Amino acid sequence: MSDSLDSYLVLSGLLFAIGTFGFLARRNAISMLMSIELMLNAVNLAIVAFGSFIPGLAGGGSVIAIIVMAVAAAEATVGLSIVIAIFRNRHTPLVDEYDAMRR
Amino acid sequence: MFETILLLILALPLIGFVVTAALGRRLVTDAWVIPVGIVVASWVLSMFVAFTALTGGAPFGPEGFAFTIYRWIPAGAFNVDAGFFVDNLTACLLIVVTTIGMLVHVYSIGYMAHDPGRWRFFAYLNLFMFSMLLLVLASSWLVVFVAWELVGLCSYLLIGFWYRKRSAALASKKAFIVNRVGDVGFALGIMAIFVNTGTLDIRASIAILTGAAPLSVGYGGPGPIPIAVVAVLVFAGAVGKSAQFPLHVWLPDAMEGPTPVSALIHAATMVNAGVYLVARANPIFAHAPSVMVILAAIGIFTALLAASIALTQTDIKRVLAYSTLSQLGYMFAALGVGAWTAAIFHLMSHGFFKGLLFLDSGSVIHAVHDEQDMRRMGGLWRRIPITYWTMLVGAVAIAGIPPLAGFFSKDEILGESFRNGFLWVWAIGFVVAALTAFYMFRLIGMTFWGPSRVDPHVEPRIHESPPTMTVPLILLAIPSALLGLLIGFPPESGLIHRWLEPVFAPAIAAAGREEAPFAAFGIDGLLLLASATIAVVGILVAWRFFGVELFGLRARPRPEAVTAIVTRTGWSRFLYRASLNKWWFDDLNDLLFIRLGGRFAAALWWFDREVVDGTVNAIGSLTRLSGGRLSRVQTGRVQNYALGIAVGLIVMAGSYLLIAGRR
Repeated sequence: MSDSLDSYLVLSGLLFAIGTFGFLARRNAISMLMSIELMLNAVNLAIVAFGSFIPGLAGGGSVIAIIVMAVAAAEATVGLSIVIAIFRNRHTPLVDEYDAMRR
Repeated sequence: MFETILLLILALPLIGFVVTAALGRRLVTDAWVIPVGIVVASWVLSMFVAFTALTGGAPFGPEGFAFTIYRWIPAGAFNVDAGFFVDNLTACLLIVVTTIGMLVHVYSIGYMAHDPGRWRFFAYLNLFMFSMLLLVLASSWLVVFVAWELVGLCSYLLIGFWYRKRSAALASKKAFIVNRVGDVGFALGIMAIFVNTGTLDIRASIAILTGAAPLSVGYGGPGPIPIAVVAVLVFAGAVGKSAQFPLHVWLPDAMEGPTPVSALIHAATMVNAGVYLVARANPIFAHAPSVMVILAAIGIFTALLAASIALTQTDIKRVLAYSTLSQLGYMFAALGVGAWTAAIFHLMSHGFFKGLLFLDSGSVIHAVHDEQDMRRMGGLWRRIPITYWTMLVGAVAIAGIPPLAGFFSKDEILGESFRNGFLWVWAIGFVVAALTAFYMFRLIGMTFWGPSRVDPHVEPRIHESPPTMTVPLILLAIPSALLGLLIGFPPESGLIHRWLEPVFAPAIAAAGREEAPFAAFGIDGLLLLASATIAVVGILVAWRFFGVELFGLRARPRPEAVTAIVTRTGWSRFLYRASLNKWWFDDLNDLLFIRLGGRFAAALWWFDREVVDGTVNAIGSLTRLSGGRLSRVQTGRVQNYALGIAVGLIVMAGSYLLIAGRR
């Protein structure tokens, strides 16, 4: 465990970047959802880090992190069901085939 | 009580119109019952009102009787009342409008008996009666204008009554459009009156305009418009409706309508609306002497122009139409020289005898089976005696032979123009009097006297019209003969002068002219004699060329003499052709407005199409094009959008850091 905030934030930034890359680059919808989870967790990490390093926030950081987790769980549920619905419709998990918005 | 009676006079024809129009085709042969009955009722009431007003009865008095039903348009400083006003001038017009209207309605029972569109005809006639009565009764300029447009509409509908006939449809359009030109002037005039006075009540606004009353308190409108401008604008409306030069072209074409319509609308009532309007606004005109001169000039010029055209026309109704123009010109000349009463007197007598002449011509046309060309008539007097004798009365009346109506009224116009110093008006009017007598007896000669030139197939079937047509003729012949003696004798101090004195008092006071007593053995008597003589001369010349068969008088028509005169010199040939071609006014209008105006309109259309539309279309297609190109950005793939969001975020965050770091 490092005792400087910066290292946590760097880790968080890295994780977020990896998540973003994954979201943009992966063609599989499931992988994209996983990437979103990664980004959310990167943010969570940053929030928790702020919470423990900044005295004024006290336990507030943890509370926010728990809320983010709840939101992430809900988002994963909804996202996954949308993906399944689209999959049933289009018979492919590859998002570059999903261009209904263009039509 | 008189409120109710006046409302009834107006409401009855309107009800007749609505009922007849609503029942429509279901009224097979009895379409006339309701309209004619209603107009007779309206006539009875009008006579009662006119009698009470002219004898100075209870609510009327010399000042007239006004009442308001309700406030039609209340809008701040702009208030228009739906109100009525009856004075002696209104009463005179009520007599003319309802009497002739009623007789024409009765006449139409016979004339339109075989027309499948009778119900439409009678509905329109009733609507016209309503509109015309509203026009003379209304007390507000705006209501007058509404009625003004309504009579124009009725005129349009009735000229184009036989709308399957192309010429009728075109004539109705022509009448409507030419009238519109004058109406623009009238509308502007009403606006000018409102701007000047802040009220649209006729009497109140005239009082303010002429300085007889102070400007209404609390009105802060724009600065006043010169009274001469107001007068010219109002006169422009009158020129359109009364078909004066240069807007006279519609009236002869309006003869395409059924003959009762020509008699009622285009001879006896609607075309007089312009004269009525100027007479009603007499103080305004009296305060604009220069406009009065224009009035007199246009009037007398129209009289001469129309009379010269009437000399050579061969269509019986067209001769009468030009004669109407000419007589209306007399009326405007009378208004212009300040002979107000004479103008209204002539309006009344002309209404009766010209209505009679038109109905007679209808009866003639009916007798010879819809032939209107006088060259294919002749010798009809034995076959249709009632028509002949009544038409002869009308012709003598309009020619100005004493003691018939036309003599008194026309002579008063001529006499007053002479005494008021308008010698040129008198001189031209004098010539026109001769022309009038000539063309009327040319018409009588070609139609009733001499050998018959009727189509041999029609000849044995010529018949006198049914009583529904002949009775109105006889009833109209009576006032045509006696009206002058009744209300115009002795000259300058007859009944009509006593009636109309209060109406025209402000105008006469404004002109500041001394009313010299009528000198029967002086200049006035001489003028009277001269008018009668010139009329006789005109008749004798007509007899010489077109023959006569009256009592012991017998003369053969001599068409060869006419040809000889016409072709004698270049000038006479030119004048003949000018008259025959109506001085080329239709051709001039065709050239100016149809050809040149059409070119101009086409140029404007090109500009609109190419430049205005072009600009708009260019903007449109530019937007489409760029939209088409830009739409490729929208791939529909979530990841591309996400990339956009990410890049955007990075750019925003990065620029924030950059700027924040620099500070």
